[in-house]
Amino acid sequence: MKAFVLAALGSALLCGAAAADTIKIGVVGPFSGPFALQGKNFQVGIDAYMKLHGATVGDDTVEIVYRDVPQADPAQSAALAQELVVKEGVQYLAGFYFTPDAMAAAPLLEQANVPMVVFNAATSAIVTKSPYIVRTSFTTWQTSAPMAGVARARGIGKVITVVSDYGPGVDSETAFKTSFEKEGGTVVESIRMPLSTNDFSPIMQRVKDSGAEAVFAFLPSGPTTLGFVKAYNENGVKDAGITLLAPGDLTQESDLPALGESALGLLTTFHYAVSHDSPENQEFVKAATEILGNGQELSFPAVGAFDGMHVIYKMIEATGGTQDAKKAVDAVKGLAWTSPRGPVEIDGESRHITQNIYLREVARAEDGTFFNKEIETFEKQPDPGLAAVQ
Amino acid sequence: MQTFLSIGTDALAYGMVLFVISIGLSVTMGLMKVVNLAHGAFAMIGGYIASYATRDLGLPYGLGVLAAVAGTVLIAVPLERFLYRRIYGAPQLTQVLMTIGITFVIIGLANFALGPTLKTVPLPEALQGPVNLGFRAIAAHKLFAIACGILVAGALWVLVEKTGFGIRLRASVEDAAMAAALGVRTRIVYAVSFALAVALAAFGGVVGAELLPIEPYYALRYMVTFLVVVSVGGAGSIPGALLACLLLGAVETTGRYYMPEFGEFFFYLAVIVIVCLFPRGLLGRAE
Repeated sequence: MKAFVLAALGSALLCGAAAADTIKIGVVGPFSGPFALQGKNFQVGIDAYMKLHGATVGDDTVEIVYRDVPQADPAQSAALAQELVVKEGVQYLAGFYFTPDAMAAAPLLEQANVPMVVFNAATSAIVTKSPYIVRTSFTTWQTSAPMAGVARARGIGKVITVVSDYGPGVDSETAFKTSFEKEGGTVVESIRMPLSTNDFSPIMQRVKDSGAEAVFAFLPSGPTTLGFVKAYNENGVKDAGITLLAPGDLTQESDLPALGESALGLLTTFHYAVSHDSPENQEFVKAATEILGNGQELSFPAVGAFDGMHVIYKMIEATGGTQDAKKAVDAVKGLAWTSPRGPVEIDGESRHITQNIYLREVARAEDGTFFNKEIETFEKQPDPGLAAVQ
Repeated sequence: MQTFLSIGTDALAYGMVLFVISIGLSVTMGLMKVVNLAHGAFAMIGGYIASYATRDLGLPYGLGVLAAVAGTVLIAVPLERFLYRRIYGAPQLTQVLMTIGITFVIIGLANFALGPTLKTVPLPEALQGPVNLGFRAIAAHKLFAIACGILVAGALWVLVEKTGFGIRLRASVEDAAMAAALGVRTRIVYAVSFALAVALAAFGGVVGAELLPIEPYYALRYMVTFLVVVSVGGAGSIPGALLACLLLGAVETTGRYYMPEFGEFFFYLAVIVIVCLFPRGLLGRAE
């Protein structure tokens, strides 16, 4: 057996791109625990891509190896990434829902000669941690900054920001504040609230007392958004005419059935809405819904994974299945294609995705369900975050 | 003054929601001496049943609440008979391991069967929207939660302190062997009080669903808060739990209004101070 393995290994090395290899992709994400829905969306995006484009690239078969990191846990993420590289022999690392998880695995890449395709983690700085990182999701800066223009266009001059007190929340606050002040608006107050906040009434009281015309809010998608949106409605903030503006995390599609009527008319900016009207998206949503069974669970991480798979397939094509991280990453720099979310391009410099950001309004469909209706497009938005940080 | 009143109302509402959900745990921990970490799971089951009954079956809210309480008790009774009965009087570590295990199983099942998305319990017309109190608007369902809290506190106090069942329950807790020797059927007393605790959990899960939305991880997400309420109030003490909820609700809400960036700091500071001063909780009984 050992001799056979050695022989196989030897021939593989000799032939370079051996015909009909199996190329393994290691995917790290939250597949259990409180964020299991987002991990499930990774899986759905991957499965949908492989369903539409096959499980082979040239002669090589693609195999996905999943590893579960239920909550942001850099140590575990690094350990699992290492295990994937060393034991499973994966040629590509992908996934990563949380920023610390992606950051922790970054130092492995150069030594292991493995590219990483980030499907979600949205802090601008991730791509600077290794030249082998490519990202197909979005950054909080990218989705937050355009909201400043939206607010100004609606004649709003004074805004209070309310964000969850952790990395992405602070990013979102800074992104909005920077762009809003550049456009001539004033941020009258900035509130950071703990992630574990359940009762938002006191926050809403602060918002009312601040005298702002609008509130810009960032909360991670999930259970707390429900309480926040309800508190906005029930504490008379909405009736006081204070507009709620937020990046699309607040109204992700899988939370919309629960948010229901209370979210109606909310304005959010984001890179992807399941309702996006294009043939590519229809094809994607159809495939994803068949895999999920329940279309209501489809949300933005799926499109990050779907496009991530596209990038990996292009990398495999370019390298002919051999392990060459540099060649693989170089091949996708400047890669442009039409994603389910619209036209996108991997920026040659930052290796982050340049994409359209949409202003959406929560609307009611004819069948009574709620969806994010795209009403305005900000074309070809790069990531403003990197420039601002540097 | 207006701000003060406003924060006061919010604190009262938040405290009452906490009370309705946590009081069942206080009963199991204080009166039955079981560290029931599956309490949150029962509250979650109640929420799921109410959500299913009102949203999918179209039952009115009141019936939904009843279905939730009855359904959760039905699920809990076999659990009591086959699992909990083994851990009465067992070391606390055994109880913790057993009940946290039950919690994980319930989380897994809920995630598998019902999906990871949020479930809501649609409120009736009367409880929707804001009510104007003159000095501010408050959500009608919060007033409802306050009323439920007062009702639950009163009813429980009467049951434990003033009825024959309450006497038998307290006797079984003090000395099970002696109570049994005097003809109290302790097994039934235990089973009934367990069912009562579970019913309270389910009721709290439904009433509190607007503040603590129902999803599979609910079972663990809020467990720490519930445990804190019980330990601050003193396990088994109904007025203690009420006092703890109002106090912690006030600290939490005021802190969140004036200094949100301090996060949970004031909440846990209050907990530390109270537990240092009253190691058995505010109104806990000496062993």
